[in-house]
Amino acid sequence: MSVKLTTRQVGDVTVIDAAGRITLGEGSSTFRDTIKEMVNAGQKKILLNLAEVSYIDSSGIGELVSGYTTVSNAGGSLKLLNLTKRIHDLLQITKLYTIFEVFDDEARGLASLK
Amino acid sequence: MQNADNPFTVLVDEYLESSLDSVDSCEEKTKDAALGIGFSEEDAYQVGYAVREALVNAVVHGNQYSANKRVRFVLSRSEHTLQIEIEDEGRGFSPDTQGDPLAEENLLNQSGRGIMIIRAFVDELQIAAAPRGGTRMVMKKSIVAG
Repeated sequence: MSVKLTTRQVGDVTVIDAAGRITLGEGSSTFRDTIKEMVNAGQKKILLNLAEVSYIDSSGIGELVSGYTTVSNAGGSLKLLNLTKRIHDLLQITKLYTIFEVFDDEARGLASLK
Repeated sequence: MQNADNPFTVLVDEYLESSLDSVDSCEEKTKDAALGIGFSEEDAYQVGYAVREALVNAVVHGNQYSANKRVRFVLSRSEHTLQIEIEDEGRGFSPDTQGDPLAEENLLNQSGRGIMIIRAFVDELQIAAAPRGGTRMVMKKSIVAG
């Protein structure tokens, strides 16, 4: 299954609930397009919930980084929520844990973006 | 297929189209073989992941999705080890020319992490020029002794 992205608004924060696989091809382009549309629409506080993401390859990781850069360059903030152990390990291996702010609790993630 | 000098038995030896379907297929075959010889779920995931990354390199960067170029995929096993050989028909590349993806100035690069993740997920990785041009990667991963 390719990635499925569902968005919901909590105050001025947009939460993206992602599910499935973020891999080279359709999965990563879906993610990229969604982030760009949000930034163009002025939604620049984004909490990306990865709880239901079963797999992410290095291209998908690149898309997370690209999304982070796109939002940051627009003056916003993209943070991560509910990493699986495998995604957590990938962020450790790639040292991206030093870039992304990560939360296990949605309320705390939302509060950090207020 | 197996002898005293070479303890590996070939399970799969095929020439694949330069497509993402080939990537998916090889990842699944590798995971199935890993589980079949007793790898844990996590180790099977890791060796499958490494194969995906290596195949993406071969299909996308090596053969550049060319309909005229194939990727050779050889999956072999010994009692406790999987060996995977992936060879493309591209222009070849040297990992030494890639920037360090962990360097601070490269952390926000969109690409360049695949080889590093492969190294983290397998026990051995060799990257060399293929005999007919292109790049040949050989990976090995063994069952962790419990």
